[in-house]
Amino acid sequence: MTQVAPEAVTGLDVEQVRQDFPILSQTVNGNPLVYLDNAASAQKPRAVLDAMTRYYETSHANVHRGAHTLGDRATAAFEGARETVRRFINAASTREVIWTRGTTEAINVVANGLAPELKPGDEILVSHMEHHANIVPWQMIAERTGAVLKVIAINDAGELDLDSFEQQLGERTRVLAVGHVSNVLGTINPIKNLISRAKAAGAFTLIDGAQATPHMQPDVQDLDCDFYVFSSHKLFGPTGIGVLYGREQLLERMPPFQGGGEMIEQVTFEKTTWNQLPYKFEAGTPAIAEAIGLAAAIDYLDALGRPAIAAAEEKLWQSVMQHAADFPGLRLIGTARDKVPVLSFAIDGLHPSDIGTLLDQQGIAIRTGHHCAMPLMERFQVPGTARASFAFYNTLDEVDRLFAALQKIQRLFAN
Amino acid sequence: MTDSAAFTQNELGTQISIDDVFEAFEFLGDWEERYAYIIDLGRKLPAFPDDQKTDTNYVHGCQSQVWVTDFLDPSSGKLYLLIDSDAMIVRGLAAIIMIALNARTPNDLLTVDVDALFQKLDLFRHISPTRGNGLRAMVSKIRDIAAHAV
Repeated sequence: MTQVAPEAVTGLDVEQVRQDFPILSQTVNGNPLVYLDNAASAQKPRAVLDAMTRYYETSHANVHRGAHTLGDRATAAFEGARETVRRFINAASTREVIWTRGTTEAINVVANGLAPELKPGDEILVSHMEHHANIVPWQMIAERTGAVLKVIAINDAGELDLDSFEQQLGERTRVLAVGHVSNVLGTINPIKNLISRAKAAGAFTLIDGAQATPHMQPDVQDLDCDFYVFSSHKLFGPTGIGVLYGREQLLERMPPFQGGGEMIEQVTFEKTTWNQLPYKFEAGTPAIAEAIGLAAAIDYLDALGRPAIAAAEEKLWQSVMQHAADFPGLRLIGTARDKVPVLSFAIDGLHPSDIGTLLDQQGIAIRTGHHCAMPLMERFQVPGTARASFAFYNTLDEVDRLFAALQKIQRLFAN
Repeated sequence: MTDSAAFTQNELGTQISIDDVFEAFEFLGDWEERYAYIIDLGRKLPAFPDDQKTDTNYVHGCQSQVWVTDFLDPSSGKLYLLIDSDAMIVRGLAAIIMIALNARTPNDLLTVDVDALFQKLDLFRHISPTRGNGLRAMVSKIRDIAAHAV
């Protein structure tokens, strides 16, 4: 694992960091891979792969059950991972850290759990820039309970319209569910302010942190939110696992999401009582190796140092912005003041899918399409965007290559 | 119903055959030449009548919008197709599909192995089940149309 002292803020040795990511050193369609689809899923450092392999090679057994040594080892590693996540988000207790399959499942657990609290006419407030995962579960719950979905407008820069937020926040608002960072626009939302206003109005607050956690470390106690959810695979950890942070007293109040093993205290055919937190929400055998992999990813990021990562991202982003400003016909979608390094764009006369296909020919991976945010596409009146999303392991040379490749594509269509 | 001439007066699959495409591909070098050719083919797609851009004719793909419509000529028994997309490369690939499938009897159309053609052109990745660009859905919609017309 790369050891970089946190105080060496400008000193992330990107070439050395890249050595930690085996997947990055390959060629695609005859060119060195340029991976700029990090917002969809980030690549994994060897530390994560090794931790998972080591677990399977030395410690695997089912957790919380075995009357044997391997079971103890597996449980210790698994619960150790929960403690790592608790520390990462500064939760008060590991009882507030629930494993889920990912952000989507975590939001569904919360929506389902809050359903008994909702009455007809109650309002659920989301924003126009939400991922479908933070819209659809609420729509389903609204349909079930008679609650109403309300939408915070956004401005042309892709920032939340705070007037619209204030106008819609009222005594009927029972839930505020917003993204910390937009997956399409890269906008960092002023969630601390939103949370405190929503709490004052008596609403539950859920923050979708899927796009934020790769770039910043949330402090759930400082934010004072009720729920904070994120996925491992965008945080350089394995797929198939995510985290639901929930305030303990609320989690106690909420019904379980799924029934089965592990989540029970006592089962008879007449009545079943629930296990204590966090297990009440973890039916069935969990993704043990994945939890350990996620903890390894968090440890890896800690070792690099968040300030060093932020400095590396900032350097990349400045270069991206310079290139973008000079590129004829390129229109940015999302120009918020506060952003993570996500470049959503359209180029005059080119369809995003054409851009994606022809970048792939040149070894460059980006995402194109509606990014699971159709209402947002409609807002900006585009069928989709091309999105290049950056991570600390990307290089300035890769930024140059992206824009050189885009020029080539533009020439190809001009002929 | 749109004027049948919009369907029948069309060189894709009539004057231009799939062998012409194979031949052209042999002389193309790098990806730039290949895609320049595909983009050119896309420019040959005949105009798609606006009134045919209906929900029924829409092909659900992930990234680009695609429409397919057809006309079964009662005198010749041949099935004529029109395809449209807002993405240029999808248009080019649609043109190849037109060349392979247009102006054939439905039975004849159903014998064509489009996957194999795309494999031979080294374009299979575009039509593979992993690609969400609607091409695969486009072909399956055309085959459905043909199957119903048999």
